[in-house]
Formats: sequence, C-alpha cells, structure tokens
Amino acid sequence: MRFVFKTSYDADINWFKHKTQAFWYFVLFALMLALPLYFYFLSDAYLLGEITSVMIFAIAAMGLMLLTGHTGLPSLGHATFMAMGCYLNVIYLNLGVPWLLSFVLAGATAGAVGTLIALPVLRLHGVYLALATLAMSILTGDFIVILEPWTGGISGLAVPDISIFGWEVNKYANPYRFYYVVLIIAIVIIMAYRNVLRTPLGRSFTAVRDSEISAQAMGINLTVTKSSSFFLSATTAGLAGALFGHSAGYVTNETFDVVMSITLLMMIVIGGLGFIHGAFFGAVVFGIIPVAIANGRSLLSTSFDININIPGLENGMFAVILIAFILFEPMGLYGRWLKIRTYFELFPFYRKDMFRRQKAYLKTERVQ
Amino acid sequence: MSLLSLDQVTLRFGGVVAVNNVSLSVNEGEVFGLVGPNGAGKSTVFNLISRFYDPAEGSISFDGKNILKLGSDKVPSLGVARTFQNIELFEHATVLQNLLVGRHRHRKTNMLSEIFFTPAARKEERRHREAVEEVIDFLDLQPYRDKMIAGLPYGVRKVVELGRALASEPKLLLLDEPASGLSVEETQDMAYWIEDIQKQMGITVLMVEHDMGLVSSVCNRVLALNDGKELTTGTPAEVQSHPAVVEAYLGTDGISKT
Ligand SMILES: Nc1ncnc2c1ncn2[C@@H]1O[C@H](COP(=O)(O)OP(=O)(O)OP(=O)(O)O)[C@@H](O)[C@H]1O
Ligand SMILES: [Mg+2]
Repeated sequence: MRFVFKTSYDADINWFKHKTQAFWYFVLFALMLALPLYFYFLSDAYLLGEITSVMIFAIAAMGLMLLTGHTGLPSLGHATFMAMGCYLNVIYLNLGVPWLLSFVLAGATAGAVGTLIALPVLRLHGVYLALATLAMSILTGDFIVILEPWTGGISGLAVPDISIFGWEVNKYANPYRFYYVVLIIAIVIIMAYRNVLRTPLGRSFTAVRDSEISAQAMGINLTVTKSSSFFLSATTAGLAGALFGHSAGYVTNETFDVVMSITLLMMIVIGGLGFIHGAFFGAVVFGIIPVAIANGRSLLSTSFDININIPGLENGMFAVILIAFILFEPMGLYGRWLKIRTYFELFPFYRKDMFRRQKAYLKTERVQ
Repeated sequence: MSLLSLDQVTLRFGGVVAVNNVSLSVNEGEVFGLVGPNGAGKSTVFNLISRFYDPAEGSISFDGKNILKLGSDKVPSLGVARTFQNIELFEHATVLQNLLVGRHRHRKTNMLSEIFFTPAARKEERRHREAVEEVIDFLDLQPYRDKMIAGLPYGVRKVVELGRALASEPKLLLLDEPASGLSVEETQDMAYWIEDIQKQMGITVLMVEHDMGLVSSVCNRVLALNDGKELTTGTPAEVQSHPAVVEAYLGTDGISKT
C-alpha cells in the first residue's frame, strides 16, 4: 500500500499522483514511440495499421466518454459527428486549406454544428436522448446522399493525403508516419481531456451527471454545461472522423452507419464508463475480438479440420460480452483492473465488498 | 438589516396550497429557524428561494435585489448556498471533488484556459483548493477527503453537504434539516458548527429543523409554519409556548422536546 504524503495543493492538481505513476506512463509512451520499429524490422505493417485504427476509435470513444461517462448524457449518434468531421475535412482540403488547419477546423465545425443540432434534444433525459440521437444517426446516410454535390453521395468521396508543411502522409504508402500522426493527436487530446477534468468545467460535467438539482444549487447552468460537453464531445468525434477518413481513403454514405454509433457506445461501456482509460480499453477489445475470432477460426480449420461458418458470429459474441459486462462488471474493464490493483496493493487485506456501492439512500423525484 | 425577505408569497401545487401568503425577513448575521409539522411547507419555502419553483403571488428579494427575475443557477452567485433534506451529493465523485463544485460560483477561468491549463488556470485552481482545505479542516473531514461519496455513512454525507455549501463562501446558508438522522453526538457537533458559522464566519443562516433542542440552542428567531401559513414568529421560547404552535403539533407527534 502506498501512502502519498501531500505537501502542496499541486499534489492534487498534477496529472500524476506520484513519481512511480509518472514513470510508468513515460514507459508506455516510450513503448508506443518505439512500436513502429518492431514492424519495420518485421517489414509487415499490417498490424501497425490495425493498431492505428484502434487509436482512431479510442479518440472517438474519448469524445463519447466525455458526454456519456462524465456528463451522463447517452448518445447513440456519435458516428454522425465522425461523418461531419470526415466530410468537412475533405471539403476543406479540396478547397486548398492546409491539412493542419483543415483538420482542426473540421473538428470545430463538427462540434459547433453538432451542438446546434443537439440543443433542442438536450432537455431530454436518458432513454429519450438516446432515441433522439439514434434517429439522427439513422438519418445521417440520407443526408450524405442529399448533399451529394459536396459529399459524393452513394458513389463516395476520395480522401486526399495528409500534408504537414510538405511532409506527406499516406496510410498505405507510409503507415509509420500515419501511426505517429494519430499517436500525437491522441496524446494531445488525452492531455486536454485531463485538463478539463481537473478544472471547474470537468467538475461541472460530473456534477450535472450525478445530480442536476444540486448542480443548479451550486450555480451551474444546465444548458451551458450540457452544450459545452456536447461541443467538446462532438469536436473530438469529428477529429476522429477526419482521421478515420484518411485511414479509409474512401468514404460513402454507408461508412458512418448506426452500427458504428452503437459500437462506440459499447466500447465505452465495456471499457469502463467515467474513465479516460475506459475509452482505450474498449477500443482495444473491439480491435482484438475480430482478429481473435478470425485466428481461432483458421486454427480450428487447419489443425482440427473443424469449419465454423456461422453468419453473425462476431456480432453475437459482442452482444454476449456486452451483456456479461453490464451484469457482472458495470465498472467495465478499467474497473476490473482497479480492483485487481487494489487487491495486490492491500494484500492480504482486500475485502470482497470493498468496491460495492452502499445501497442508495432513499431518493424521491421531488425536490426536498 | 434584512438580507432575505419574502413578501406575501403563495405557491400552489394543484389544489394544495403549499405556501400560503407567507412573509418573513431574515436579518444579516442571525440564525433564523423555520419549524412546523410534516408537510407544513418548509422545504417548499427553500425551493422558492432557490428558484426551483415560481411563486403564484408575492415577491422574494435578497440583498435588496428581486431574485424572482433570476434563474435557479443565478441565485447561488449572489451568495446563497443550501443543503437538501434528502442529501443531494455527487455520488460518483470524492469528498474533495464535491466540495470543489461548491466553488463554482467563484470560477474565473473559461473553457479555453481550462483546456490548455494556462498558468492563470493553475493559480485559480490553487485558490479553490486552498478554500476547500479550510472547509475540510473546519468540519474535520480529513479522513474522508479522497473517499467516494457512494461508500460514506449517512452522518458523514450530511457534513459533506454542509461543507459543499460552505465552500462557496455564501452570505446566506439554507440548511434543510441539518440534524435529521444524526446521532446525539453528531447533532451536538452540528450545533457547534452552526454557531461558528454564524459568529466566526459571519454567515447568515436560515434553517429548517424538527429537533427543538437544536433550534433553541442556535436560533435567534423562529417562524412556525402550519399548512403553509405562518403561525407566529419570535424567540424559540416564545414560539414553543405559543398556543397555536402547541395546537398544531398536538397529535401530530412531530415535535421532540429535549
Ligand atoms: N413537487 C410537489 N408537487 C406536489 N406537491 C408538493 C410538491 N412538493 C411539496 N408538495 C406538497 O406541499 C406541501 C408542503 O411540502 P414540503 O415538502 O414543503 O413540507 P415540509 O414542511 O418540508 O415537510 P417535512 O417536514 O416532511 O419535510 C405538502 O403537502 C407536500 O405534499
Ligand atoms: Mg421538508
């Protein structure tokens, strides 16, 4: 067990609680930086591309995490903001805007437009908000078709390459460069996210999530807070969408479908609602499962001559995993990790009910 | 000088007149008690001051300003903080984070400076932490500082809620049954704290309480309410012996004489 002896307010404010923690994150960062070397010597960058995709989805999941995990507003429509970011980025690029500017602008416009669309539905709660955003997600494909002159509609749109001050990045020609671009953007977004959480803005988000009544009684404006969260969330999803476009190379009206929206929500639930880590854990799970199923299938057929060809097997497995998490580990993978860590830190004093929530005290709908 | 005043305020819920033509005026620096049997309309008065409800008639002013024009999130910025009868804390956050939310009305940073965590944002953050640490010391909350609310015992939650209100450095503190559900010792602590809040911090307190022992020991003046109507106002002793108050409580068993 570690006792952190706090000697200044900065001990609570800083990103890392203690030196050891900072050290481990630095090690992780160094590993991520060095990772492409491994694939370079292997001269097979296929897996690196998969890892890059996982990071892109982790960025989108961070966007949704802020809204759902930290502000308590569910959304089943985040693929829509990814679509906005992606198409706007391409439109700006085709207008001759330099990539860096176009990328940031695409995110911000997606955020702004997203917030405008969301304003009328932000008064809704829980399942109603989820349904409203789901409707938005369903309509996205149709809007892309309607806006054909800009989006290419059904025939699709080619995504130009990234060019940063003459430094060209194409996912297929140079997967290593693309990996680094995505990695750096992911890190910048994590830093911004952490900053939000340690300042009044982030605290107002969690306050609104946990009790709207007392948030108001503390002087927090619900509409302003919810729309700020929506703006940041949609912006982040938009940035992820722009990167997704560069990763896919070509997008059509069917790219950003409802399934993608639902996948994002599943990611953050499985990863652990309310933790930045959860976005990454969830994205990794969703990256690994299809690969694991494919490997398992080929192993079975080559070694044991068993051929399993059940249509929808992947989706079925996702569904089972999701239900299992909601039933047995509502805190998600990150919550599970916290428990394991506490177990070892406190060994042998860990109690099974340590993380169990006390029964909520009587709450009525009425303001008392 | 009167800090808060309600003037002939009426509020109806359908057929129920929850608050009926009530006038009251809380002077700066005093502890003002609001008593009455269950369903008398005490919490509703608080919710009117918090602007959760619009009165049908009457006016409410704080510090000379008419607050009926303000939204419920603007009232705290004038310096009004409150607690709730059924504790309303942020369950999935730590005690420290809960108290920090109380600082919201002092927020000077904006979204951009917070995202980039500019030196100014850090400075502000230190200021908030300093103020909150003072509250933690005052209420002896150190052992629970980094604990999640979700696992805390009832008595501690009550204190945390008081702390969150204090962290906002209010001029007027509204306490809705601060001692309900507390043990005798905890109630004693609460009495000391309320005294300190009044005398040392100079904060005006308006409190609803059923425990007449606590009311007599901390309140300067008391207003008794029944069925939404004012019965009488006076010192705790005067109110307790007022015939209308005795009658209102008879058979309701809502009073505890200690
Ligand atoms: N939101 C509401 N809708 C309908 N009726 C309400 C509402 N809030 C309060 N009431 C009614 O108004 C009356 C006053 O309620 P209030 O909660 O103010 O009582 P109280 O004096 O705080 O009682 P207690 O001591 O039980 O807390 C009661 O008859 C109650 O049923
Ligand atoms: Mg009440």
